Amino acid sequence: MPRTEFSPAIFSRPVYPGLISQGAVPAIMLAEGAGAEALIDLALADASVMDRAHVIYIPARGDSATGARLGQLGAKMYHEAPSYAACLERYRKALADAHMGTWLYLAGSEGLIGQAAAEATAAGLPADAILSEHRGPVTRRMQCVHCKGITEEVATDPFTCAHCGRSLFVRDHFSRRLGAFQGVAIDAETPGIVPEPRSIQR
Amino acid sequence: MTMRFNDETFRGDYTFRNSPEAVRRFPFPFDQDSYMYSVNIEPHRKTRAGSVFEHRFDVDEHYVAEMRDRAITLERDPLRCQSLPHMELAGWDFLELVMTSKAEDYPELFTLNRDGDRWHWINRPLGIEQRFTFLDATTLPCGPMEYITRQTQGDHALLDQRDGNLWMDAGMVTAQADWSLDFDIGMNFFEWHAPVPKANEMGVFQRALKFLLNLQQGAPVRRLNWTMTVNPRLDTSPETYPEWGPEKRTVTPETVGAKQHLRVELQTLWRLPRSNAIAFPIRCYLCALDDIVTVPKWGRRLHRVLRDLPDELAEYKGFAVNRGVIVDYLARFDDGAETSPGIFPD
Repeated sequence: MPRTEFSPAIFSRPVYPGLISQGAVPAIMLAEGAGAEALIDLALADASVMDRAHVIYIPARGDSATGARLGQLGAKMYHEAPSYAACLERYRKALADAHMGTWLYLAGSEGLIGQAAAEATAAGLPADAILSEHRGPVTRRMQCVHCKGITEEVATDPFTCAHCGRSLFVRDHFSRRLGAFQGVAIDAETPGIVPEPRSIQR
Repeated sequence: MTMRFNDETFRGDYTFRNSPEAVRRFPFPFDQDSYMYSVNIEPHRKTRAGSVFEHRFDVDEHYVAEMRDRAITLERDPLRCQSLPHMELAGWDFLELVMTSKAEDYPELFTLNRDGDRWHWINRPLGIEQRFTFLDATTLPCGPMEYITRQTQGDHALLDQRDGNLWMDAGMVTAQADWSLDFDIGMNFFEWHAPVPKANEMGVFQRALKFLLNLQQGAPVRRLNWTMTVNPRLDTSPETYPEWGPEKRTVTPETVGAKQHLRVELQTLWRLPRSNAIAFPIRCYLCALDDIVTVPKWGRRLHRVLRDLPDELAEYKGFAVNRGVIVDYLARFDDGAETSPGIFPD
């Protein structure tokens, strides 16, 4: 799956310029699903990028082939996890142990990149040490502004909040701190009148 | 000077009212018969006795009721007041600025006695007396920013300055025109303004940021911003949109004059001395259309501004759905006469 080209949007919406090798420097690489292809392309362009890399990969359910390819790229450490939640403590430890000059490579969905970048920033990694590339579906990680619950992998607008059940419309406004877009009740002024959901476009 | 404080509400039965004097000093935001974004920043210096620009932090007849309304909102949602850990010093800076300004500008209402770092604060309208040690947060009932902003009308953001940008890293926000501090905290200047249409392409934010990064201590600046609100409600937050959203659809030709309010923000910006942060008070003034039109110049001008406003701005400011009713109402007060320059009544 190729890199996603997004349509122009508002300033708070993140852009994902793509992964560029910083050479054989200490690196944490976190990828999910189709994001593996971005790491594979990265290593094809410069194999030395893996020499000091700690790779954490969250494969799509039932996909063992992609992880096998990723595992053979010669990373210093390679770890597969069934979910972001499952590898979160490992990822946090890697961030906490990171020395000055460590680079972070993130690849996958907007939700994965958003929350992993927020975690890294909270751990003190400077924003310009974080590289990201979007691969995979254009689903969004949404925070409900009313109940504050986060709904993952939102594919339609409007969508139903997984926590409070309200119908929310999808804003482009994005919080790096939360790693999420903002969802707002679509029928606040006219309770019960909710338009047909449409697929989220890029 | 004696000040009378209204016993009134900004929710539920909405008993908020402006006295005739409060209407006369309402900061009408349009200095000409049309509106488009501009940086429109001017020095925040003492202007016109009796106006909202006379004092550094204007205190008016709504003070006590507004603080009561803030306390209700905070009880329901404590996330309306947040401060990232590195912002405590800026909170002290702001507390000092407000206390010293109010004690000097309103000696009948506020008193500040300072003996080194041992401070004694008296707020008569709210019945507060507090002895505390400046820069020691354990001597206040809450953090310094929360403490002083529970006693100061308007929302308040504290902006950290670093990396050539301003970061909204602390705030007290209970009277906002539909934005969420909890969502926006930690954002830089461009990010938190991102939802504003048109202004980015116009370069407004680039110029404003450049100006603000050079803001000097002792030289605060101000600007007016505006929107429209149905019912005199301070808490028009996205969080509570399901509560106030339905009220927006209750405007009729019969009720528009009483229900539809022009909402004006007097925004001031202050460089803080120790933290080098910027304090950004956003003071909200509400005025019903029925009261606006008691000043003939304002009735004429508001009609022309709202009639000719680009659709995108009416949509963003959230009154597109009522625009027709509002403009029809105001048209009755526009006889086509010329209006004088400036914002003040003739």
